[in-house]
Amino acid sequence: MYAFEYQRAKSVADASSALAKTGGKALAGGQSLVGAMKLRLANPGTVVDLSGIPDLKGIKKNGSGDNAAIVIGALTTHAEVASSPVVRQAIPALAELAEGIGDRQVRNRGTIGGSIANNDPAADYPAAVLALGATVQTNKRKIAADDFFKGMYETALAADEIITSVSFPIPKKAAYVKFPQPASRFALVGVLVADTRGGIRVAVTGAAAHVHRATAIENALAKSFTADAAKAVKISSDHLNSDLHGSAEYRAHLVSVLASRAVAAAR
Amino acid sequence: MGANDLSSVGQSVRRKEDKRFLTGAGQFTDDVNAHNQTWAYFLRSPHAHAKIRGIDTTKAKSAPGVVAVFTGGDLTGVNGLPCGWLITGTDGQPMKEPPHPVLAQGKVRYVGDGVALVIAETLAQAKDAAEQIEVDYEVLAPVVDPVAALKSGAPLIHDGAPGNKCYTWALGDKAAVDAAFAKAAHVTKLDIVNNRLIPNAIEPRAAVASFNRADDSYTLYVTSQNPHVERLLMTAFVLGLPETKVRVIAPDVGGGFGSKIYLYPEETALVWASKQVNRPIKWTADRSEAFLSDAHGRDHVTHAELALDKDGKFLGMRVQTTAAMGAYLSTFASCIPTILYATLLAGQYTTPVIHCEVTAVFTNTAPVDAYRGAGRPEATYVVERLVHAAAVEMGIAQDEIRRRNFIRSFPYQTPVALTYDTGGYDACLDEAMKLADVKGFPSRKSESAKRGKLRGIGYASYIEACGIAPSNIGGALGARAGLYEVGQVRVNPTGGVTVFTGSHSHGQGHETTFAQVVASRLGIPIDNVEVVHGDTGRIPFGMGTYGSRSLAVGGTAIVKALDKIVAKGKKIAAHLLEAAEADVEFKDGKFTVAGTDRSKAFGEVALAAYVPHNYPLYKLEPGLDETAFYDPTNFTFPAGTHICEVEIDPDTGDVQILNFSACDDFGNIINPMIVEGQVHGGLAQGIGQALLEACVYDKESGQLLTGSLMDYALPRAHHVPSFKVATKVTPCTHNPLGAKGCGEAGAIGAPAALMNAVHDALAGAGVTYLDMPATPQRVWTAIQTAKH
Ligand SMILES: Cc1cc2nc3c(=O)[nH]c(=O)nc-3n(C[C@H](O)[C@H](O)[C@H](O)COP(=O)(O)OP(=O)(O)OC[C@H]3O[C@@H](n4cnc5c(N)ncnc54)[C@H](O)[C@@H]3O)c2cc1C
Repeated sequence: MYAFEYQRAKSVADASSALAKTGGKALAGGQSLVGAMKLRLANPGTVVDLSGIPDLKGIKKNGSGDNAAIVIGALTTHAEVASSPVVRQAIPALAELAEGIGDRQVRNRGTIGGSIANNDPAADYPAAVLALGATVQTNKRKIAADDFFKGMYETALAADEIITSVSFPIPKKAAYVKFPQPASRFALVGVLVADTRGGIRVAVTGAAAHVHRATAIENALAKSFTADAAKAVKISSDHLNSDLHGSAEYRAHLVSVLASRAVAAAR
Repeated sequence: MGANDLSSVGQSVRRKEDKRFLTGAGQFTDDVNAHNQTWAYFLRSPHAHAKIRGIDTTKAKSAPGVVAVFTGGDLTGVNGLPCGWLITGTDGQPMKEPPHPVLAQGKVRYVGDGVALVIAETLAQAKDAAEQIEVDYEVLAPVVDPVAALKSGAPLIHDGAPGNKCYTWALGDKAAVDAAFAKAAHVTKLDIVNNRLIPNAIEPRAAVASFNRADDSYTLYVTSQNPHVERLLMTAFVLGLPETKVRVIAPDVGGGFGSKIYLYPEETALVWASKQVNRPIKWTADRSEAFLSDAHGRDHVTHAELALDKDGKFLGMRVQTTAAMGAYLSTFASCIPTILYATLLAGQYTTPVIHCEVTAVFTNTAPVDAYRGAGRPEATYVVERLVHAAAVEMGIAQDEIRRRNFIRSFPYQTPVALTYDTGGYDACLDEAMKLADVKGFPSRKSESAKRGKLRGIGYASYIEACGIAPSNIGGALGARAGLYEVGQVRVNPTGGVTVFTGSHSHGQGHETTFAQVVASRLGIPIDNVEVVHGDTGRIPFGMGTYGSRSLAVGGTAIVKALDKIVAKGKKIAAHLLEAAEADVEFKDGKFTVAGTDRSKAFGEVALAAYVPHNYPLYKLEPGLDETAFYDPTNFTFPAGTHICEVEIDPDTGDVQILNFSACDDFGNIINPMIVEGQVHGGLAQGIGQALLEACVYDKESGQLLTGSLMDYALPRAHHVPSFKVATKVTPCTHNPLGAKGCGEAGAIGAPAALMNAVHDALAGAGVTYLDMPATPQRVWTAIQTAKH
């Protein structure tokens, strides 16, 4: 770790101006940022701790009927999402996804805001945000999921922009199936299949530079929402990741297999 | 065991050491802090192979908090690190032993090779300063694969080792093997890669070195499995210091698995530098450093063939192995793929003739040395994969082919130098088959098939040579040290007993097991026995812990010392009881005149020895403190059968272990709970090798691709099933405890059992061969390849 300045923000505005002034980094659960700092891979100079800001935490259900959504504060931990009765009832796929992130310690510290701001190509939450057609609320604006994830570790966020909450429209049914990378247990491939008010949406994480929608599977499932329909889709391995743990071909294959399992599990 | 034993031997006594470990009161090297201490950081090579044109440390030396910066050029008078085992090649020449410098001398040979030592007031300052060191590298092409390293035109790693060859060595009668193959009804052939592993003890390596100006002496706290060997090698070979001036303390050590046997550059540099800076220096590796710089294990490429007659009797075996040594010869590197490998190729079988040729190769990687099992897992893997494949090819059941070839009469002289003293291989196979419910397997397999899953079962009947080792045999085979062990038993005036052992406990529970041995022999409570280990300042001498030798060799040394205590006690008691020494017997903690009720308790005799008012001083020294050096007369031969059952998801390639049964023969058992724990740990590591672990270096750049737990997969709780374990006992015939050793068995048997199960499961999918680790991607790819 390199020496750094630590600031504890009292409000979102306070945090945003500290980030603008120092060019530093926001700190949420620290489960990605602190690890990178310890390895001297990140040297943010100033760390602006969000954990003292009220109102960034918590889970609530907004609206009703077709407009019903689950709104999760950016600082809500994975463990809180996993154990939330509200989430379990409305979007069980989301609670189960959160339950499958990392280990107990990570889930007790890591936050949804941190996870999607980080946009690790193998992170789980981005699949949920994209497939469920969530909206990311920041201190400046609302960003639609389809516009949020820009590239590997890249998002639409400006340097002084802070996620305050994420709003997930409640789908008719959904499921997330993750095939963990054997060492890190991040997603080697993870697929979230959702039957939403706006149609079938399928998001894939782990397979490429960043989370993306599997439109071929969406189209197949729009015709027939069955496991076999998903499995029959041949995914092209072009542009997919290839590394020690999975060739692009293997990942392409897993996308259809996991999608079919998600269809079978969707509720 | 004799009649003198109290009941605790054979009981699952709770571990004495656990109180301090579970309450956070353990004292590990990183817990040691010396007054006025400085911190060390090693700048390591980012290149796998490069010439060092120059190093500029000017900026680093003037960085804040820096006490000193040393590079290879500063280490005048410091020799390279020695290798403890000389292998003589088939050409009659000694192996090539290129220098293994403490800090790089003009060249780096692997990513992580030490280039400079920075000493500063804080670790952060040392790291900051290290970033200021400018090293001018001329990058050379690396070679990380042992087979590629032998090809002509491969980059030359050491000028002194042409063709990157360390040695070619062979064992066995080649002509006889050729003749056996000529008359074979069937020959099974396999090409096997035994994957390179990174040990990953939970406690990384660490050292605290201090120099004492008052008497020119040094104290080194270090994560070591054998502090006396560490001191011997460091003083006599590298630093040229008298042993009397260096005290090496290996306090609580958080696991070793072999990786802490060796003399490493880091602690050696620290001891040397502690005098230069005249201050204590501390270094603790972080996990990334451990990945780069701990000695790795395995890394063999093998072609093996088994000749059988028409009934499946083994006629002969031939094995050719290329073994990576890494960039330098680590302390015992050379003997692992030879003495601890080729000699085990008979396994549990009567194979009459065996020939094995091993070529050891330098590669641009971290050094390779012993890792739990060391040579024996590799041998077992070769033998048991061959046996499995032969049975499949010839249509013989897996248990049946083993039974047709088991050794049943002992002592048994193998064609590969070892003489097995005893064993009972059928009993372990039978019991393992019962535990595994082999009879129910076919119906479980069809149940899996209904769910679209592939189920398989695999056997491994392994043997290992432990209790290392008779020094004369070791010496004849090239060992540059003795392989005995030392035990000292000090009976204190009020009857408490302190045992000093040259064995080292770093997870094995010696403080309990050894206390059980002593308490039972002396008829005293276990709590009256303290076991002291890991300190050259307190223990007379020792060879340390590796090769499952601690109980068989270290425990026996203690028993020999106890015999001397009892013999002297009898003399004292005879005097006190006014009886003839020959009439005094020792039983249940009492010296009794045979056939009478006249006796003296052990404590009374101890007190008399230290308060010799009524004592035969004219013919007997006071005191009750005895030391024994025990040199075993043979290896011990733990053996057993492991059976693994797996289920494979053909859609993802995921392998689940459903069942793992192990029946082992470790000879007599002192503490069944500790033995079971050792088996569980070994099996978990064996499962790790077979299913998950693979150290991978990039072929082009020589970078370590699996340099952290994000990419190097260790087994987790959910990978490891609830084991079914049992033991059978044929006591070792040549040590008084009848003990054989249990520390490595799990890691030796598990990989072959698991991979045989995977092969069995995949047979229906047309897959005939798969290397470890059976990762989902590999399994899936093999299934796809077999389809097309
Ligand atoms: C051992 C381990 C295993 C893990 N396994 C998984 C896994 O299986 N799946 C998975 O998805 N993840 C996994 N993670 C990552 C984990 O989920 C992290 O918690 C998460 O990625 C980051 O969240 P955080 O709250 O810890 O963020 P931090 O580490 O504090 O921050 C991460 C980044 O996000 C920025 N940031 C944080 N909050 C905000 C905000 N509100 N607005 C704008 N920017 C913000 C920070 O500036 C930083 O750049 C694992 C982590 C560890 C250590």
